[in-house]
Amino acid sequence: MSDSAARSDDRLGATARVLLPVGTTILALLLWQLLVTLTRTQVFPLPAEVLRGIGELLRKGVLWSYVGDSLRRVAVGYAVAAVLGIALGVPLGRSATLERLVNPLIQVLRPISPLAWMPLAVIWFGISDLAPIFLIFLAAFFPVVVATANAVRTIPPMFFRAAQNFALPRGALLRRVLLPAIVPRVLTGLRVALGIAWMVVVAAEMLGVDSGLGYLILDSRNAGKRYDLVVAGMLMIGVIGLLLDIGMRRLERLPAVRWGFQE
Amino acid sequence: MTPGRPKVAIRGLGMTFTTPDKQVEVLRGIDLEVREGELLCVLGPSGCGKSTLLNVVAGFLRPSEGEVRIDGELVTAPNPRRIFVFQERGVFPWLTVEGNIGFGLWRLSEAERRERVAHYVALVGLQGFEHAYPQELSGGMKQRVEVARAFAVDPDVLYLDEPFGALDSITRLQMRRELLRIWQREKKTVLFVTHDIDESVQLADRVVVMSARPAEIRRIVTIDVPHPRDLSSPRYIELRDGIFEEIGLAHRV
Repeated sequence: MSDSAARSDDRLGATARVLLPVGTTILALLLWQLLVTLTRTQVFPLPAEVLRGIGELLRKGVLWSYVGDSLRRVAVGYAVAAVLGIALGVPLGRSATLERLVNPLIQVLRPISPLAWMPLAVIWFGISDLAPIFLIFLAAFFPVVVATANAVRTIPPMFFRAAQNFALPRGALLRRVLLPAIVPRVLTGLRVALGIAWMVVVAAEMLGVDSGLGYLILDSRNAGKRYDLVVAGMLMIGVIGLLLDIGMRRLERLPAVRWGFQE
Repeated sequence: MTPGRPKVAIRGLGMTFTTPDKQVEVLRGIDLEVREGELLCVLGPSGCGKSTLLNVVAGFLRPSEGEVRIDGELVTAPNPRRIFVFQERGVFPWLTVEGNIGFGLWRLSEAERRERVAHYVALVGLQGFEHAYPQELSGGMKQRVEVARAFAVDPDVLYLDEPFGALDSITRLQMRRELLRIWQREKKTVLFVTHDIDESVQLADRVVVMSARPAEIRRIVTIDVPHPRDLSSPRYIELRDGIFEEIGLAHRV
């Protein structure tokens, strides 16, 4: 199945691989224009109006600073989640006892949307950057823990035996066998987590901060019903999310990691 | 073949696995001596317990009864003087050919390691692939990497658990020839587990024929045909057919 899919993608020329998504984008823009014109909606802006809106944000000099603020909050929350998630996931995957101890807690906390933590986050962290960072952390943490623990659990025992046979000391076992063995699956978890973290940033920035793309969307509606800016903020989030995902997928092609992404 | 001094001594070895609802006796009363520098094949059908035997001898499993001694010393754990080459592909996919072959050489200096790795890359004929990752290699090449990784730490004893089982028949023949060449050069004691009668007769100084489970030693056949063996010589065919018959009796095939 994946085999034939890979082949049909190979058959596409380089130009087609670029032109097809561009074509879809143009088609979507046309459809957008058409629907807005036909329905005569006063709320949803036309593509050109959104473009003007982005221009206005650029002139006011807020666009890049908002993008920067959002990225910074995600970077901090996500980095903490990645480090703690891997640090907890490794022992969790190694020890059945620890898993029995901790897993129920994880499974109860995991399905709670980070947004449900908003009231508590405000009480704990007040009106500061820490509240959105906390929510982003929560969103990214669980996918990383679960992916890491699963990755560790499914390492072929043979690899450990080989390491044992060569009398590898404990530290080296971790560094030279366990960690490299889990990298591909952890990377997948990290990619999923980054997607979720970025998705949560909008809601997280509705917690009293006064910058960022989430704030832009909320503020544009509250202060003057500027739906062109609302959609501009949405588009920026979408485009940056895409770029982040492309960046993570690039990592999957690194030589020491590629083996984990082939059937 | 000049018989060396005893290297591996297996005495009264028995193995019983206990599961919640039953006990499975896998090995019973195994007495066997492997001489230094000998290539010994343990032959039996899949699931007869020969792989368990090898894992006990290598120190990965504790026997239920009896003991294994190497150079007179009791085996209680794996040891880098004795390397196990795995049935499945045990090469590390995140390391290059060089990285894999040098895996066990972490005690050596960088320069020594380089030199040793280059030697074994050449020995298994993988020049030009030093920086390739396992997924870029064929099955036979991966198996060469694993054999080289084992030889590179200069062990006294090698345990091979059906190492060529997953390869196509032509590659398998090649690999056997390669193994013999390396074994003759490096003078190691080799315990080779296989279910392939031809393989055992082509490789071994002696073939240990195992019975069905619980596995006992049914017969030990000395293959007195010098290397390189002529696979159509009357003596070779006689020995092979004898083992074939023995296996037939033991396993009612």
